[in-house]
Amino acid sequence: MNWVILNFEQIWQLALDHLALSIPPIVVGLLISLPLGWVAHRYRFSRGVMLAISGLLYTIPSLPLFIMLPVLLGTKILDPFNVIVALTMYAVALLVRSVAEAFDSVPDEVRQSSIAMGFSPAQRVLQVELPLAVPVIVAGLRVVSASTVSLVTVGSVIGVSSMGYFFMNGFQRNFPTEVLVGIVGTILIAAILDTVIVIAGRMLVPWTRVAVA
Amino acid sequence: MDYIWQAVLWIFTPENAFGEGGVIERVGQHLGYTVLSVSIAAVIAIPLGIYIGSTGRMRFLATSVTGAMRALPTLGLVAFFGLFLGASLVAPIAAIAILAIPPLLAGAYAGVESIDKQTITAARAQGMTEWQIVTQVEVPLASKLLWGGLRSSVLQVIATATVAAYLPLGGLGRFIFDGLPVRDYPQMLAGSLLVILLALASDWILAMTYRLIQPRGVAVALHIDRGQDANLLENLYSSDHSSKRKTP
Repeated sequence: MNWVILNFEQIWQLALDHLALSIPPIVVGLLISLPLGWVAHRYRFSRGVMLAISGLLYTIPSLPLFIMLPVLLGTKILDPFNVIVALTMYAVALLVRSVAEAFDSVPDEVRQSSIAMGFSPAQRVLQVELPLAVPVIVAGLRVVSASTVSLVTVGSVIGVSSMGYFFMNGFQRNFPTEVLVGIVGTILIAAILDTVIVIAGRMLVPWTRVAVA
Repeated sequence: MDYIWQAVLWIFTPENAFGEGGVIERVGQHLGYTVLSVSIAAVIAIPLGIYIGSTGRMRFLATSVTGAMRALPTLGLVAFFGLFLGASLVAPIAAIAILAIPPLLAGAYAGVESIDKQTITAARAQGMTEWQIVTQVEVPLASKLLWGGLRSSVLQVIATATVAAYLPLGGLGRFIFDGLPVRDYPQMLAGSLLVILLALASDWILAMTYRLIQPRGVAVALHIDRGQDANLLENLYSSDHSSKRKTP
């Protein structure tokens, strides 16, 4: 506990670094997956292709991907950008399926009614289908958030700073407390992001609370 | 792309490929660790998952453990075990095996849980013993999700074994951790390419294996599920089908 107090400044700084590496992949991953997932939901042939590609992407282990990406992106090997791109790829791989399933979960009667009421296709997707798909998308996003926060730590192997620094440093110094602080810190960050996503998800679909009450 | 070429050349250079710490030895080690730790995890996770799925007891274990484990950083766990269990092979294998448990547990649990309860009751009414129900009804019907759990567990282990090379452990991660301090990028890239290939190949082989061992009843049910051929069940019992079965 003493160690935590003495090193609070460093812990705080690394926690911020950790967040800065975790949030962009989650947000960008979601923004890319929304249109892709909708296409996968709407056009049967594209679904098989997209799910196959995302399955393949998700098969690639993270550390090798971090090391591969500089070749493909022309970045430096220690550039945090590599980690962000790799984690965004994983996020898209997971979320495309969730988004497609989320749009599948919209009842067909609702879709038909909105057409009958004169919604244009764009209005229908954005104002009827998307809001109803939110709960399933949120469920997928929570999985992505937890795994992203955990995978960020692997970047510390190639010198991209996050809570993972404590794993490497603690191991080298033979100091378990430091490793433990890194593990607890990572889980805390994951828990905080998870809470934020759950609350945001609830605020986006206020009608579900009315339905329960 | 120049680097990729260098990495491929690195792999095929005889002194890198053969001998002690060569590519062939490292691939063997990586596969060895994978088989060992997945086996340890399977012995624990599969019976437990089946038990939870069929009795409904301790369900919180299957759902919460698998959920929380997702946020648990593998690198941290490996480091933590490394410090407590010393520099032997036990520490990394134990850490890797623990991380292999959640996908297997979730697969076994979800597979058994998803079976229609009437099927189990029917099996019991037929006079099957509980052991027969587990081995002849539940496991075959759960096999698709169970095998899916095995596949993700194997992938998890291949990835974790790479990271665990800093403990230090052998395997393909060695090339990454040996190349890193001396900035030998071709060597790191070679290690990365080999891990990616190993992961893709293992997953593909496991997917193909399931096609061979998949219980026939499950194959039919899945086919109908997909709506590809609603008459398949009828076809299965028609004479036409039995003649088809003979062709190799």
